[in-house]
Amino acid sequence: SKTYIFFGQLCCNCLHAVGGVWPMPQISASSPEQYPLNPEAFYFEYGRQSEAQPGCSVLDAAFKRYFSLIFPDYFPGDNLSVCAGQASLKAETVWGALRGLETFSQLVYQDDFGSFFVNKTDIEDFPRFQFRGILLDTSRHYLPVQAILKTLDAMAYSKFNVFHWHIVDDPSFPYQSQTFPDLSAKGAFHPMTHIYTQTDVQRVISYARLRGIRVLPEFDSPGHTQSWGKGQSDLLTPCYKGGTPSGAFGPVNPTLPSTYQFIARLFKEVSSVFPDSYIHLGGDEVNFFCWKSNPDVRAFMQKMGFGTDFTKLEAFYMESIVNITSTLNKTAIVWQDVFDYHERIPEDTVLHIWKGVPYDYTKELSRITKAGKRVVLAAPWYINHIAYGQDWRKSYTVQPLNFSGTEEQKKLVIGGEVCMWGEYVDATNLTPRLWPRASAAAERLWSDEKQTSSVEKAFPRLQDFRCKLLRRGIQAEPLYVGHCRHEYQGI
Amino acid sequence: MNDNGLCVELVAQSSRYGSLWPLPQKVQLSDVSFKLTTSSFRIVDAKESSAGPSCKHLTFLNFSCHCVIFSTSTFVLWATSFEGNECDAFRDQPTRDKQHSPSLSVPVQPFAVLKAPKVWGALHGLETFSQLVYKDEFGTKNINQTTISDFPRFAHRGILLDSSRHFLPIKVILANLETMAMNKFNVFHWHIVDDQSFPYLSRTFPQLSQKGAYHPYTHVYTPADVKMVIEFARLRGIRVVPEYDTPGHTQSWGKGQADLLTPCYAGSKPSGAFGPVNPILNTTYDFMTQFFKEISTVFPDAYIHLGGDEVDFTCWKSNPDIQKFMEQQGFGQDYSKLESFYIQKLLNIVSTTNKGYMIWQEVFDNGVKLKPDTVVHVWIGGATDEEMHKVTGAGYTTILSAPWYLDYISYGQDWQKYYKVEPLSFNGTEEQKKLVIGGEACLWGEYVDATNLTPRLWPRASAVAERLWSAKDVTDISDAFNRLSAHRCRMVERDIPAEPLFSSYCPHEYKGV
Repeated sequence: SKTYIFFGQLCCNCLHAVGGVWPMPQISASSPEQYPLNPEAFYFEYGRQSEAQPGCSVLDAAFKRYFSLIFPDYFPGDNLSVCAGQASLKAETVWGALRGLETFSQLVYQDDFGSFFVNKTDIEDFPRFQFRGILLDTSRHYLPVQAILKTLDAMAYSKFNVFHWHIVDDPSFPYQSQTFPDLSAKGAFHPMTHIYTQTDVQRVISYARLRGIRVLPEFDSPGHTQSWGKGQSDLLTPCYKGGTPSGAFGPVNPTLPSTYQFIARLFKEVSSVFPDSYIHLGGDEVNFFCWKSNPDVRAFMQKMGFGTDFTKLEAFYMESIVNITSTLNKTAIVWQDVFDYHERIPEDTVLHIWKGVPYDYTKELSRITKAGKRVVLAAPWYINHIAYGQDWRKSYTVQPLNFSGTEEQKKLVIGGEVCMWGEYVDATNLTPRLWPRASAAAERLWSDEKQTSSVEKAFPRLQDFRCKLLRRGIQAEPLYVGHCRHEYQGI
Repeated sequence: MNDNGLCVELVAQSSRYGSLWPLPQKVQLSDVSFKLTTSSFRIVDAKESSAGPSCKHLTFLNFSCHCVIFSTSTFVLWATSFEGNECDAFRDQPTRDKQHSPSLSVPVQPFAVLKAPKVWGALHGLETFSQLVYKDEFGTKNINQTTISDFPRFAHRGILLDSSRHFLPIKVILANLETMAMNKFNVFHWHIVDDQSFPYLSRTFPQLSQKGAYHPYTHVYTPADVKMVIEFARLRGIRVVPEYDTPGHTQSWGKGQADLLTPCYAGSKPSGAFGPVNPILNTTYDFMTQFFKEISTVFPDAYIHLGGDEVDFTCWKSNPDIQKFMEQQGFGQDYSKLESFYIQKLLNIVSTTNKGYMIWQEVFDNGVKLKPDTVVHVWIGGATDEEMHKVTGAGYTTILSAPWYLDYISYGQDWQKYYKVEPLSFNGTEEQKKLVIGGEACLWGEYVDATNLTPRLWPRASAVAERLWSAKDVTDISDAFNRLSAHRCRMVERDIPAEPLFSSYCPHEYKGV
């Protein structure tokens, strides 16, 4: 289905400057021919041949939103006018139309008198990778819903399209489950103030959808589950010291049927709450120490013929929950550990590559794609790892397909993800830490690599884009010395 | 995907010292607690106090403390300030003196007593008092019977902000002063201009910002702005020490002041580029005289920071007039002699304004003749202990910044590294060590502006705050972690977006997204 949008009222005139677009479009040609825009007379309209028409909720909302983004500080009543003219935007899907609106909004610029202009331009665009994600971690620190929504806005400006919500982990369980309310009642930092209610979750999902962003929930197990055990007794493995329980707990207990009954019911709820067809099951960093210490677990290992190879026990667990996920008609995404431990998983499971130095992620890319599995690359984009200086350059110069493999293998790299783990991050510093550094990765995931190989050329464009983010109310930090016309004024 | 196998979760426990930060010199706690209710808490000037109702500071604090803490039906905080004429609202400026020594006691009766020799001590005491208040499980505000006797280990406890690499809107500067007061910092070192931009609107030379600021209207500090910062700081017991760094770091000065900077040469012709301030022209010194005359009247503090760091000699070397001058003066090829020649004249100029001066360590290292009350600012890492030994050995007062460059961010809990610094760890006599009057946490602005300043500076600077205030033996990192976690949540509650130390939560998270 095709969408046609016409933008009414552009006048003809002539002058200078071009607004930059980030990420760089695949093909673009602009001319110095400059058209003034009059906010009084500007409008978006569905084309006659468009299958999308008024009532298309995503685009109706987008028109309104982009009008404000294009004309910030606009007050009705300013004069002017004349001249007819139009721009046209054609897209295969509504999501493509959204990206086009974003691009258009970045082409509009103001002169020193505040008048709006756009230059005659022709753009043909499409993303290099389909999966362009950002991970937020709401367990190490609770993130107020406002902070998540703000991040979704900024994601749309850089054409990110997947919000990977690492919603629970060891420190806290803020997800308020309808089936198991004790999980958050006992496991959240605070059962009332530091939770995501069902309403909160739906709000995030619909806010994301209107921006063309999928919400991928992650319920990471069997490790990273300390907080789950607070509200679900018998879920975690009791650790033993000598012959008696030490009082501490380890990963999820894979030996009990109750475990799988619990997981099935929880995931059933998660599947219906989150509409995306993928669920992230985690599966990373499972510490075997506790399992080893527990006599019942050891006995189970014997019974199953696993001997003392605990990777087999982990594989047993992961395979079970991936199967549960399949029966719920969802596709699983798991961290690379699951593949590394030779687990038998469905062909369509997506592997998430995260291990960086000293590991070589290019080798992992080769191995996993050779086995015919799809991958998402996160390893070079752990931007929670901060350092002094312009580290955006490191993100920018990543070459996702620079590994040894066939063309077929390279097609299995469906995209990448910027990760903002939460150990040192909450609403006080999330936005400046994420932006504009994540935007560097955004261009790597969207644009043509040959056209965007020069860091020197990218620098002024990204600086300019950062000033645009400020203008749009995103507290993006500076790349280097300099200034923006409109600074962030502070608290 | 987290800290690579960090199995031990650091969860903040309660410290027996609650959330006191920095830790006072002497604290006596008890379990006896009093409830505070919201209707009639009062801060009252005691009879013995020489600070009268006209004391702007206490009036101001009465109001703000009221808002910040609470009030109670019978609870009264008697604030006493001893010395005569200590609170002349018009003339009083915080000084370098250490003798604040507030003592605070919350005895059995429903009132507390705060005694301080000077108003500045009273300010610190009020902050400490506010830190003793806590909420019980019913949400009621409580305070325990406590006796505290306090004074700072070091007199100069500063924060450097850089408003040249990036313009810092006034709101951010003011919010930072507020946060400094919460942490008992008492010096705001305002590195106001540098190469990249000149935002200071000079009355005498308005062209400097007209041509040198990032934007002559939106990215400048007007005289009214500067006054506001100074007064806002003063009411919080914070001195404002401006830095006008020369002869290097002055690119932006040359935009609005022709002939101030040295023209660089490529071969026998000017290249179009400019270098440091031109030390051989009389006009340079005429300019500096007029300029620093203005600065000395605008900024009431007894000290001005004159910079003097990182002077690149390449441009001077290329200029034929300078080469000739070097010959005439008999400096040979030693351009540090030329630098000293300039600095010497500058220091003499500034001396006539009756201000003391602070300089970066290079000026001392290059053998310039300094006045005895010069403060030398040690910033170069690597051989810091030797430098401290040398500078104090030569009899100069010293402040330390080298280990506290907070603009150098890294992943993880780097506050611990700042906390572990011991400023007096160098080899030296007792007399030498007395010359170290304190230190400054520096937040250079290459990668910092209003979007990320506050979370980058706080609570990391709080680690420096305690190192400069509390006793030398306050080094227990776990206890510090517990207190600092609570102190950080308190800053967040007061609307300061101080970033987290580690995975955790605050009862009231930051709302200002």
